[in-house]
Amino acid sequence: MADPGAGAATVIDAPAKVRSVTADVGGLGRVRALGFVTPAFVLIGTFLIFPALWTIYIGITNYQLTGPNAVVPKVVGLSNYLEALDDALFGNALWLTLVFVIGSAVLGQNLLGFALAWTLRSARPWLRGLVEALVLLAWILPGVVVAYLWIAVLDRSGGTLNALLGTPGTAWLLQYPMACLVVFNTWRGTAFSMMLYSSALAAVPPSQLETARMVGASRLQTVRDVVFPHIRGHVLTNTLLISLWTFNDFTPFLLTAGGPNHRSETLPIFIYQQAIGGEGNGRLGYASAISLLLLLANLVVSLVYLALLRRRREP
Amino acid sequence: MRQMTLLAVAASTTLLLSGCLGQEQDSNANRNAEAKDVTLTITSNSVAGGKNALGAAWITDWVIPKFVEQQKAKGVNATVKFDGIGSDDKEFKTKIALDFNTGSGGDVMEIDGIWLGEFAQAGQVKPLDELVGKDKVDSWDGWGQIPDAVEALGTFEGRRYGIPIGTDGRVLFFNKKLFAQAGLPADWQPKSWDEIIAAGEKLKALPGVTPIQLNAGTVMTEATTMQGVLPLLVGTGKQIYDNGKWLGASQNIRDVLGMYQRVYGGGLGDPLIQQEAKGRDRSFALFAENKIGILLESDYFWRSVVEPTKGVAKMADRNTAVGWAQIPARTPGAGVGGQDFVSMSGGSIRVINPKSQFPQQAWELLQFMNSFEATKARLAGTAQVTQRDDVNEEVLSGDPMLSFIATKVLPTTRFRPGLADYPKVSSALQQATADVIGGKSPDEAAAGYQEALKKAVGEGNIAGG
Amino acid sequence: MNALVLRRIGYSVFMAVVLAFFAIPMLWLASAPFDSRPGLGLRWPEWTLDNVGATLDHPYALGSLVNSVVLCVIATAVTTALATLAAYALSRVRIPGRDALLYLLLLLSSVVTGTAAMVPIFVMMFQLGLINSQFGTALVIAGGMLPAAIFILKDFVDAVPRSYEESARVFGASPGQVLLHVVLPVARPGIATILVWSFVQAWGNFLLPFLLLRDVDEQPAAVLLQTLRDEGGSANLTVIPVFSLLYSIPVIVLYLFVSKRYGFRFHGGIKA
Repeated sequence: MADPGAGAATVIDAPAKVRSVTADVGGLGRVRALGFVTPAFVLIGTFLIFPALWTIYIGITNYQLTGPNAVVPKVVGLSNYLEALDDALFGNALWLTLVFVIGSAVLGQNLLGFALAWTLRSARPWLRGLVEALVLLAWILPGVVVAYLWIAVLDRSGGTLNALLGTPGTAWLLQYPMACLVVFNTWRGTAFSMMLYSSALAAVPPSQLETARMVGASRLQTVRDVVFPHIRGHVLTNTLLISLWTFNDFTPFLLTAGGPNHRSETLPIFIYQQAIGGEGNGRLGYASAISLLLLLANLVVSLVYLALLRRRREP
Repeated sequence: MRQMTLLAVAASTTLLLSGCLGQEQDSNANRNAEAKDVTLTITSNSVAGGKNALGAAWITDWVIPKFVEQQKAKGVNATVKFDGIGSDDKEFKTKIALDFNTGSGGDVMEIDGIWLGEFAQAGQVKPLDELVGKDKVDSWDGWGQIPDAVEALGTFEGRRYGIPIGTDGRVLFFNKKLFAQAGLPADWQPKSWDEIIAAGEKLKALPGVTPIQLNAGTVMTEATTMQGVLPLLVGTGKQIYDNGKWLGASQNIRDVLGMYQRVYGGGLGDPLIQQEAKGRDRSFALFAENKIGILLESDYFWRSVVEPTKGVAKMADRNTAVGWAQIPARTPGAGVGGQDFVSMSGGSIRVINPKSQFPQQAWELLQFMNSFEATKARLAGTAQVTQRDDVNEEVLSGDPMLSFIATKVLPTTRFRPGLADYPKVSSALQQATADVIGGKSPDEAAAGYQEALKKAVGEGNIAGG
Repeated sequence: MNALVLRRIGYSVFMAVVLAFFAIPMLWLASAPFDSRPGLGLRWPEWTLDNVGATLDHPYALGSLVNSVVLCVIATAVTTALATLAAYALSRVRIPGRDALLYLLLLLSSVVTGTAAMVPIFVMMFQLGLINSQFGTALVIAGGMLPAAIFILKDFVDAVPRSYEESARVFGASPGQVLLHVVLPVARPGIATILVWSFVQAWGNFLLPFLLLRDVDEQPAAVLLQTLRDEGGSANLTVIPVFSLLYSIPVIVLYLFVSKRYGFRFHGGIKA
């Protein structure tokens, strides 16, 4: 942007500027604005809201893909939800999802993304280009391909990791399934955080960094006291987006199929197992109910972020 | 007024939500029977260049042109399309279930015989009698060539729904080279589970060799049930579904789980292979590399896995290095029906889509696909146990393994119950084996199975335990 | 002085570890396609081009890549265009409950892209007669991506200085012209990001095309990659590595193109 500082300013002293953000300087007008919004919302309404509501409805039935319940599904009220709360595998899936999100998104991608953005600022251009290219490649390669890449790394016989560490025969995906998934997803998704923090850091006034250096602040102090206040909004948005994406990520299925013995069965995999896989055999009523619970979990995460954001805005 | 609108909205929503999941249909068996222009589609889990490519090529290059020709001779202008899918079984099943639910999909559909019950119970597939007329179905001369046990694959509650495509049988494959090294005979035929374990103990002395690989765990899905639990279970004298009840955590189930514990707890099997996402492929590769001594598999393993030229895990010396033996009962005579040896079988069937616009012509196509010539053409020179005795006689004689299946194994085999509840029971069994491998005792695992079974089928439908 | 040396060493080690961490998994894509006996593990290949030949001979390999391009171009174009329009309007005109609405849509999109919604989507597309339609499938994919795209783009547009638009208005530009000639050029990196993001998302989507496109001739590469099995259903390792490589090339090319042409940075970036 012409004036990156201005963008950052809107983040910091919010109430006054927020109003100006919504000022219609382009002369759009409500009617034309509606026209701009309509096509997107027609598409969203048809292909998103309608199926979503329908899914929620299916969640209160005993609908099944095959068998008698496929033809005459009955409304069973909240029994799918009660069953879920009583289902040890659902609890297991919820817990593993939390581990996955906190480990790989909130901590892994966030911290590594920030560390890369921070260190690459002063790196030589060729190094910066190389690192960024590799990190971005990990992000844009198709999921199925990426799964094959990581199976080759973690494979029990002939895997790269065992060759590097000299630990032949270690079945990483079986012995440490969640740790593998956390590392994998950190590798997969760091690019987004790195890009976002790179641009955010560009908005930190160099003069303030210089001052911090002059008064002899340590790196940690500088990041905490000078940099963080500037990029706090970015951190929150970034964490929200990557958390939501990680919550709903299905790629782990391609690595571990939820195994061994449910030890890496996160919620999206659990839903898949109920809807398509062997465990539930097309129990779509139950799967839909779990989907709504997943949505609620997402909602809780979003509300936490929004609360943090609001607290920041209210001085 | 407002209430009226609400009511209308509610009604139309209900219609939309449930109505289009099960539509009314024209049930006249003779609809379009005299049509001169006929369009038919064959749906099958096979695709050129992928899964079951031979089957796909057979349909597009043999069945379709020949059938069109045959119809032309009768003055009918037939167009036959091939709807090949070629994906994982679970995903294929999802897809055809959606087809049945919306009244779309091919006129002739290939499904796994084990799914028949669910689709039939839901009325999504119908008995052939209803679709095309009893006299027409009964008058097909092909039935006489299909053994009753195989025909049962396409039968549900005593009514014919489809024609089976063929069947298979399960045996213990073993590596004769490793057996020689361990001092075991090349014509090994264990007569009890103890003898399997004893052979495993001898193989254990060979470095880098996993003595016995018995499919287990949830990741292997149905392979665990079909190549593990059920062949053992029939060896204890019980079937998983008998007299209208599912078998609970009885002594038989505990015996089966005990056998798993002896194999995996005793260091005779490698528990990790069973849990890998590609564990079954891995077990194939290891067998081909002479690193697995004994493997319980279906004849598919012989035909397509270690097959010397086209197999997934080729063994150039397959014909001399791979031996096979019947699966023994726990002790001689303890098997189901008092048998000494047991096996399990499965297979696909072809059904007619009840929503077909041309049921009569679809039946003609179905008969055509199961004729002697067509069945033989499908094999394309390979050997396989087909549904027809006359074809088997001709093609199996050159293959000792498949002759063994046809003459020794099939007479002792059992089929799974094709019921809607079966997949849930199957996954409960898989979970029980996973628990044993994970360190639980057979009793604990059996108790877990009992709980899962209660949840899946209801307490009233369980026997024993 | 000593501290500085240590710092330099630490920095170099960190960079080396990061480079290794990100590069090592990629090696399979460079070796396995050209190995005479490709396996799931990594090893120095016995170089051959036979696998490439086998892949190109596959009846659907190249066609599926073309299908992927068609599908993804439609989905991406629809997503980017509609999200830009909506994001601009939502950024500039005050609509009550706007943020809550955006969050809600973002959440719903995660449900609908999951497996549970497949029956509603399938039945709806069936009733609309859009089974086997690449265009219809692309629209469904676009519908799922739009909320996140609007959410991200709106922040980019928020960061476009108002003064530019005001000056343009003073010189008599219509709102459409303001969007086209003032806002779009400034928000270009954001639009480029959404373009690449939505293309990558659509490119990897398996379940929707699998269910909605019946005909093998219509199916994209993501679906084909799942069907690359041998006779018996095991993964076909002769074809998979080469096809994985071919399948990855378009997204890489797109990224390089967009990155060179428009700059692939977040600049002002997204923030709440």
